[in-house]
Amino acid sequence: MFRFHAFSTSSLHGFCPRSARTGRWGRNALWFTCLLTISFLITGCEGIQSALNPAGRDAALIAQLYWWMVGGAVIIWLIVVGLAVYALQINATEHDYNVTRFWVIGGGAVAPTIILTVLLVYGLSMMPTLLEPAPEGSQTITVIGKQWWWKVRYHLPEGQAVELANEIRLPVDEPVQFYLESADVIHSFWIPSLGGKVDMLPGRQTRLTLHPQRTGIYRGVCAEYCGGSHAKMSFEVVVMERDAFDTWLEQQQAPAKSASNELAERGESVFLAHGCGACHTIRGTKANGKIAPDLTHYGSRLRLAASALPQTRDALKEWIAHPKQTKPGVHMPSFALLSEDDLTALAAYLEGLQ
Amino acid sequence: MKLPPHEQTQSLWILVASPTIWAVHFLACYTTAAVWCAKMAETGGDLGAARWAIGVYTAAALIGIAIVGWRGFVRQSFEQVPPPFDADTIEDRVRFLEYAALLLSILSAIATIFVALAAVFIGTCD
Ligand code: HEC
Ligand SMILES: [Cu+2]
Repeated sequence: MFRFHAFSTSSLHGFCPRSARTGRWGRNALWFTCLLTISFLITGCEGIQSALNPAGRDAALIAQLYWWMVGGAVIIWLIVVGLAVYALQINATEHDYNVTRFWVIGGGAVAPTIILTVLLVYGLSMMPTLLEPAPEGSQTITVIGKQWWWKVRYHLPEGQAVELANEIRLPVDEPVQFYLESADVIHSFWIPSLGGKVDMLPGRQTRLTLHPQRTGIYRGVCAEYCGGSHAKMSFEVVVMERDAFDTWLEQQQAPAKSASNELAERGESVFLAHGCGACHTIRGTKANGKIAPDLTHYGSRLRLAASALPQTRDALKEWIAHPKQTKPGVHMPSFALLSEDDLTALAAYLEGLQ
Repeated sequence: MKLPPHEQTQSLWILVASPTIWAVHFLACYTTAAVWCAKMAETGGDLGAARWAIGVYTAAALIGIAIVGWRGFVRQSFEQVPPPFDADTIEDRVRFLEYAALLLSILSAIATIFVALAAVFIGTCD
């Protein structure tokens, strides 16, 4: 996302000046492109997935480093281009040997060395803070990356754990300790608004500490190419007040509510009859599969299929019938053979699992 | 110092000496930290002894680079001829090589220090 933005910024320089000699239409098109680019830039800064709109301590530190680098780069660019314009346009004669020498050695070797040293020391001195583990007693969460979804395990104070999927909720103003693992290939866990990214490596456990500071909904992504549907492997992050978080976690620990109406009851039997339970768990029912997202409280999630689809009945029916349409290569079979009524019943049942 | 007009003084090896020390230093730091963290410490464990080892490697590397750099400095200033060293003579070839070796030594020293700085600031395996 940001690479794209960086690219658009540089293309701005080429596009926006009065280079339109192609008449009114061409000029309008150029202005339109400029406006579009600028609006992309602005929305990019404010989005739920922006590292430049920090909502946590660690993201704020990283954003600060970024702005120092942008500021520094702008100054250096101005000096370099200024000197080039001076030497080629304003004073295009032979220049004094010693002055030239000063600029070549000073600007070419000494200044970069000093600037790089300062940047390196500044960046490295941030690391101990970013790497510091959360204090004993903080909320601990294990997240396991799988092609192409997230298994989320909340550790409870009494030593048990509750297994959820594809959504992470956090209490505001508290450090949270993440343990990161992978079940297949290398993934990378990144919530740009809250902090830096950390790889998930098969056979190893990595760690990440985050300090959310603002309530709201953000988005986390997989930041390491992990196969065909890598780009569809995201998750919603909800930062909540402590009370609301406790209520939510309490509710997530409970087994699934039994179906509340006839349609949902039918959905439950379709679910069990078609073998969904071989892969998915719904606690409190016979479904206890371990290789797919836990669906016990599926209905409480904000989005569907690791954030690839909105949480609507149509999207859910579409997903069950043709999951590969949304996520190429997905490890869930298509259930296109189910009748429209069965699909509706299934969707009604799953939505009701609040 | 008189330069012996001999094939060996024109050897290119002196050019790559300092960058090689830098590369070996980097590799040594990297493998030491990796082996230490994988075999001796747990996740989030202390870098401890690996940091000391990196300190020793760095001192050794800087001494090696300094020797190469000093040799370069002395030889390039042979008879105090100012650059450019581009005449087709043994003397100028040697001056050129040693001058380049000196500059590369400065670069390698800075790079080696940059590598070591990571171990100064980061004390854990995370
Ligand atoms: C062979 C194993 C398997 C079977 C059988 C299976 N699924 Fe899935 N299901 C998966 C996997 C794997 C995913 C995660 C896919 C992804 O997001 O990459 C998934 C995802 C889902 C999701 C999205 C979960 C979320 O957190 O958003 C729903 C809903 C779902 N399946 C419903 C069903 C239903 C209903 C059935 C039976 C008709 C079914 N599944 C059968 C493997 C299976
Ligand atoms: Cu991925």
